[in-house]
Amino acid sequence: MLVWTIYLSFAGALVLALLPKDKPALARWLSLAVAATGLALAVQGFIAGMGQGRTVLVDLPWVPSMGIRFLLAADGISRVLVLLTGLAAVAGVLFSWNIELRTNEFFAFYLALIGGVYGVFLSFDLFLLFVFYEIAIVPKYFLIAIWGSTRREYAAMKLAIYSFAGSAMVLIGLLAAYTTAGSHSTGLVELAHANLPVSFQMWCFPLVFTGFAILAGMWPLHTWAPTGHVAAPTAASMLLAGVVMKLGAYGCLRVGIALFPRGLDPWGFSFIGIGSWRDVFALLAVIGIVYGALVALAQTDFKFVIGYSSVSHMGFVLLGLMTLNQIGMTGAVMQMFSHGIIAGLLFAIVGRIVYDRTHTRQLAELETMHLSKRLPFAAWAFVIAGMASMGMPGFSGFIAELQVLVGAWMVNPWWTLVTGVGVVVGVAYTWRALQKAFFSDALPNAHMLEQEHEHNFAAITWPEVTGVVMLAGVSLFIGLYPKILLDAIEPAVKALLAGGVQ
Amino acid sequence: MNYADLFRVTLPETALEVAALVVLIVDLGILRKAALKLRVAVAALLGVAGCGAALWTLQVSYGTGYSFDGALLLAQGGYIAAAQSGILILTALTLLLLIDSTFTRHVGEYVAVVLMAASGGLLVASAQDLLVIFIGLELLSLGLYILTAFAKQSGKSAEAAIKYYLFGGMSASFLLFGFSYLYGMSGSTSLPKVILGTYLSASNGGTPLFLIALVMIAAGLGFKVAAVPFHLWAPDTYEGAPAPAAAFIASVSKLASFALLISISTVTLHFLDSFHTTGFVTFTVIPAGVPRPSIVFGFRSIWPLILTVLSVASMVLGNLAALAQTNVRRLLAYSAIAHAGYILLGVAFYSWSNRSANAILYYVLTYGLTTIGAFGVVAVIERATGSDRLDSFLGLHKRNPLLAAVLGVLFLSLSGIPPLVGFWAKFNLFAAVLGVSAGPIPFALVALAVAMSAVSLYYYLQVLKRAYVMPAIDETPGNQIKAHPVTMAVLVAIATAVVVLGCFPALLQGWIESFYPIL
Amino acid sequence: MSGIHLLTLLTVLPLVGAAIALVASKHARGVALITTLISLALALVVWTQLPANGGYGLVEQHVWAPSLGFNYYLGVDGLSALMLVLSAIVTLMSVDAAHRVHHQPGLYFALVLTLEAGLFGSFTALNFFHWFLFWELSLIPAFFLIKLWGGARRGPAAMQFFVYTMSGSVVLLVAFLAVFLSTGSMDFPHLTLLASTGELEQMVTAHLGPVMLWLAIGVLAGFAVKVPMIPFHTWLPAAYAEAPSPVTMLLTGAMSKMGVYGLLRIALPLFGHQISQMRTPLLALAVATVVMGAWAAAAQKDLKRIFAYMSVNHLGYCLLGIFALAVPAAGAAAQTSQAMALNGVILQMFNHGLTAAALFWFVAMIQQRTGGHRGTDQFGGLGKPAPALFGLMSIALFSSLGLPGLNGFVGEFLIFRGVFPLAWVAATVSILGLLVTAAVILTVIQKVFTGPVPEHCVGFPDLHHSERMALIPVIGLMILLGLLPQLIVESVNPTVVNIMAHWRF
Repeated sequence: MLVWTIYLSFAGALVLALLPKDKPALARWLSLAVAATGLALAVQGFIAGMGQGRTVLVDLPWVPSMGIRFLLAADGISRVLVLLTGLAAVAGVLFSWNIELRTNEFFAFYLALIGGVYGVFLSFDLFLLFVFYEIAIVPKYFLIAIWGSTRREYAAMKLAIYSFAGSAMVLIGLLAAYTTAGSHSTGLVELAHANLPVSFQMWCFPLVFTGFAILAGMWPLHTWAPTGHVAAPTAASMLLAGVVMKLGAYGCLRVGIALFPRGLDPWGFSFIGIGSWRDVFALLAVIGIVYGALVALAQTDFKFVIGYSSVSHMGFVLLGLMTLNQIGMTGAVMQMFSHGIIAGLLFAIVGRIVYDRTHTRQLAELETMHLSKRLPFAAWAFVIAGMASMGMPGFSGFIAELQVLVGAWMVNPWWTLVTGVGVVVGVAYTWRALQKAFFSDALPNAHMLEQEHEHNFAAITWPEVTGVVMLAGVSLFIGLYPKILLDAIEPAVKALLAGGVQ
Repeated sequence: MNYADLFRVTLPETALEVAALVVLIVDLGILRKAALKLRVAVAALLGVAGCGAALWTLQVSYGTGYSFDGALLLAQGGYIAAAQSGILILTALTLLLLIDSTFTRHVGEYVAVVLMAASGGLLVASAQDLLVIFIGLELLSLGLYILTAFAKQSGKSAEAAIKYYLFGGMSASFLLFGFSYLYGMSGSTSLPKVILGTYLSASNGGTPLFLIALVMIAAGLGFKVAAVPFHLWAPDTYEGAPAPAAAFIASVSKLASFALLISISTVTLHFLDSFHTTGFVTFTVIPAGVPRPSIVFGFRSIWPLILTVLSVASMVLGNLAALAQTNVRRLLAYSAIAHAGYILLGVAFYSWSNRSANAILYYVLTYGLTTIGAFGVVAVIERATGSDRLDSFLGLHKRNPLLAAVLGVLFLSLSGIPPLVGFWAKFNLFAAVLGVSAGPIPFALVALAVAMSAVSLYYYLQVLKRAYVMPAIDETPGNQIKAHPVTMAVLVAIATAVVVLGCFPALLQGWIESFYPIL
Repeated sequence: MSGIHLLTLLTVLPLVGAAIALVASKHARGVALITTLISLALALVVWTQLPANGGYGLVEQHVWAPSLGFNYYLGVDGLSALMLVLSAIVTLMSVDAAHRVHHQPGLYFALVLTLEAGLFGSFTALNFFHWFLFWELSLIPAFFLIKLWGGARRGPAAMQFFVYTMSGSVVLLVAFLAVFLSTGSMDFPHLTLLASTGELEQMVTAHLGPVMLWLAIGVLAGFAVKVPMIPFHTWLPAAYAEAPSPVTMLLTGAMSKMGVYGLLRIALPLFGHQISQMRTPLLALAVATVVMGAWAAAAQKDLKRIFAYMSVNHLGYCLLGIFALAVPAAGAAAQTSQAMALNGVILQMFNHGLTAAALFWFVAMIQQRTGGHRGTDQFGGLGKPAPALFGLMSIALFSSLGLPGLNGFVGEFLIFRGVFPLAWVAATVSILGLLVTAAVILTVIQKVFTGPVPEHCVGFPDLHHSERMALIPVIGLMILLGLLPQLIVESVNPTVVNIMAHWRF
């Protein structure tokens, strides 16, 4: 049933693209129905897959002469991320309810993107995975370029260029792995068992890993992320941070680490304490965490704060992957899920609930608006989201980041200690944004006062409430009952680690 | 000498020539007074029928070809049949695009010239002799010069034609010059003998004349496929020629030229790897004890090295120059140069196992298909806006959503986005290159190609951005862009094919392999 | 009640109340009152269900996230049960005192009840994660209570409070991560057992090298912020002064006890040896907290700031007791002293909570009647127009001063009695603190209740009936516990014995 998430999304995209242009309400409800069905399928698949390892969903020959198969399968990691995609998709539709410009096209691109994401998470053939990966990139460009805000065309193009540079690296790695393994098959399992030479893995691993990590927002290749997030329409930035960045991280895990595990071996020499690709990427991840947090602390644009926080939080995912141990990698997958939910929520609040009413994202201007009184729902939603984001225990982020930190400590305590600084700064920037945007005591100037009296903000609508409750509820639920995800992730990570790594 | 054989082998060419004459007769004789629209439709349909007839007479199975004096002049079957079928199909498509055109009143002549040029293309694809190659190329080229100049009212068209003609004439003389050296070294004009002869002479200490000959030939063929540095004609021609003619140049002529390169490479390889021939080409194997040529930069001989240099130059320059274009046709021209660069890489690293031939044919065929579609869209927009600048695409999604969708599919395919056919073609080609040799040099070259195709996305997106993102200059509701239903049908069919073939790459792959199975 | 889920119920109940209060808006205070009353009743039930051996009762244990050593692990002993009762009483007082919240009352009482849940949760937790969850949970509502309902300079005060406590939490978390990595467990009882045999230190050293001392410092720092101990106290005066008085009651009455509780429950059993190694500097800091807290109180003119610094001073005694007893006991006499000091500390926690909360309540009443005045210079002669206020507040003040017969005396006496044999220098210097506090309190009484009545205090109304009814049980409890401290000691002492059996200096 899980595969229907893919087909359904693409079919939905096609139908929406053909829909008459003057029926925005129909487009909304239709896409909500498609997204919700996708979520239901994802939940059903998650529940059905409990306690099971990798299950093959579809396996058809695609290009027999080259050994390429249309192979969709799911293991614990896939199921968790498919579930995340389902949630993010529904939330995204809910927070796009007020899109009036070219509504049906918007949702068509949106569902195409979702379909690609589902596809990536369920592909167990490298070629197929790459195809879905690229499919997910194109709609992103249009979503941002057409429906975005600040410098949208620049941001969209930057994002597209970065993405394609990354996927070019991945494609080179794909071709190399395929031909080096004897041009028999592009199946992930087959390639992993192909005994690729160590020297080959040594150069192919960093190539592929970097290619995917660009999309995961790895420092210093992260610069597309903040501008892209800021320019994107709310739903797109929710998806960008929520699932598209996860595509990169997932690729790093499923392709980079699983196919080229020996690429992480020590080089045999070390330079200022760095003796393997693993050290290199871990260092970049740690820098990303701290750097993202520090930069977020200095932003004046509300959405940029969240944008840089994404860079920081995705650093945890990469760091977790580089631990190569059970707990750290489990934490990385947890963090993918958790950040997907929380970042989605944050972007929804900032981009939809606040910006669409105040028409400014400058913290200095928001300070004078007394949003805690005028938009209490937004304020308290942000309090919850902020708590989740800064890793308050009881929310999903805490468990995830803690696991990553524990895993990192087992490898190199310095990683954890430096990352700890990032966590503290994370608290600071979240709280700073919270204070400034919602709970500031700054006095409004005369002009603002006038405005305040003249018109009240539009009331909070039901899609917004539903979306916020859903996302915050999931984060809280996972934070209080992480076992439900851990039971799915841990065996999958174990299998992955046993499949070659270490 | 057996004329019956010759006739049998050249049946498709004959069919085209007959069709060309019929078109002339019908158009000039019967429909002289008829409305232009009718004449165009009749001529185009007759041309398409001619292509169909030629396709029907095409020898699909391996034949003996046509030999003269013990030397093979024309080969048939196998990849040649695949290439020839491709030529005919693409020609038919370009003819269909004519239906909506108004650039000339001399439609009969136009269609006739197209058909004759196509028959030149068929000859080029099957030629196995230097002289036949040359004749075929000239037949093709002369047709192209005329087609370029066909928009008589347009100064640009005339200018482009003159440029094309001058460059073409020069390149033909280079080619002839190179051929004469080869003849001098080998004493034969038959391709296998030429290669064996030059090969033996090269292995006996070699001669600088050989190098000169190869460079000359590379210049001649490089001109045909528009490889840097012999590409200068392309932007002007693409810009100046009437759209259907430009589409023809970009697709059919390219396919024919690459088919020729495949012939040369196949023949060459049969020597270098000492493989017994299979199928239609029979040669003596290099005698044991003859030393192998020296290795240059890891290349087994000088010819792949030259091709590689052309390929790299084309990829880099084509893509970078395309970034700066503001005219869609020039943009397509530079992108064509870049695509030629990718394909040349496949030719440079050519495998004996038919894998490369299949990959190259696949690429050229699908590229030709996509380009025809692209020019079709450009033609429609040109007619509506009177301009082929990038800005004439502004707001296309509102002015004609279907056309915008077709444009999106075609351009994304050109830039190599899955699941469209352009991606699969690239993947297949690069995998074939690496299948030949996975050493560092081919690897670096493939990496460069992939990186360059990532760059190419930028300029394709520039067009799509105007079509989808930016608002139209004239926002009044009544400014819809209308296209002839036939044109639209052709374009939609092409776009659908691009999607379907991309989603099911095995379809076309299997079709090509049915001609020429991978060993 | 079977008691199996009593503790869970206790923790969840305020959260449910909070949710109802949020919706109930105008009737929020009523909801909060009912909730806190039930909570108090439940806490008293818990108090009666304590096991006689001083160990943990009412234990609930479930696996939570096994890979991280998280368990849902609850239990109470005498110490935690006492804290539960105190939290319940203080919250009830705070809700009672907050009858003049007009601005967003629903939110206000929801936050107060959430804070109560945080208190209950952290006082019943026996697993680090579980504990940490509620420790942090209590922080957020406190922040917003200050931030949204505080005085003029509430913004910086709330932020300072938040940053200090949060930094403390992070340090704590890191230290506990290290412990978890070395032992694979986060359960307090298990870790206590490991520590008592010295295994904990061996395991940590084996895994991470000689970092045990650093971990101890980290954990101590985390708690010291919350108590607070000099030099981590600077957030306190601003926060206490700017918070609305009912919130200050909660902060000082219950939340500051979380720090002391943490020292007793976590720091002392797990890092006893390290604390005894650092005993001298720690004692110095404790003495500094006592003395400087008192002097600082003497220098203030604002009633709330005076009481704030007095809180620092009073909790300083707890610190003094804890650090003084951290010494390997050589003989029965020393052990008796340790037991006395520990009992004193626990009593002092309860008594200070009760007294300090009451004092801030009085401040709230005075402020109400004078339109926000709370400087000591702004009043005078209130004894005449408001004899009831004068009488009741004096009892609370004298309790705070440590007058024999009132509850404040017993704790301080036991602490000093225990500390003297163990660390006589520290005890002697700390007496200075006692003297200064006494002077401060007498000055307050003199300035506020005697002398001429200033103009704006003319017609100062005395306590009304409802206020008296609310205050009398509290003051009564002070007197009762002053006369019969064994009510508490008898329940706490087994736990003290139990704690002493497991520590290792």
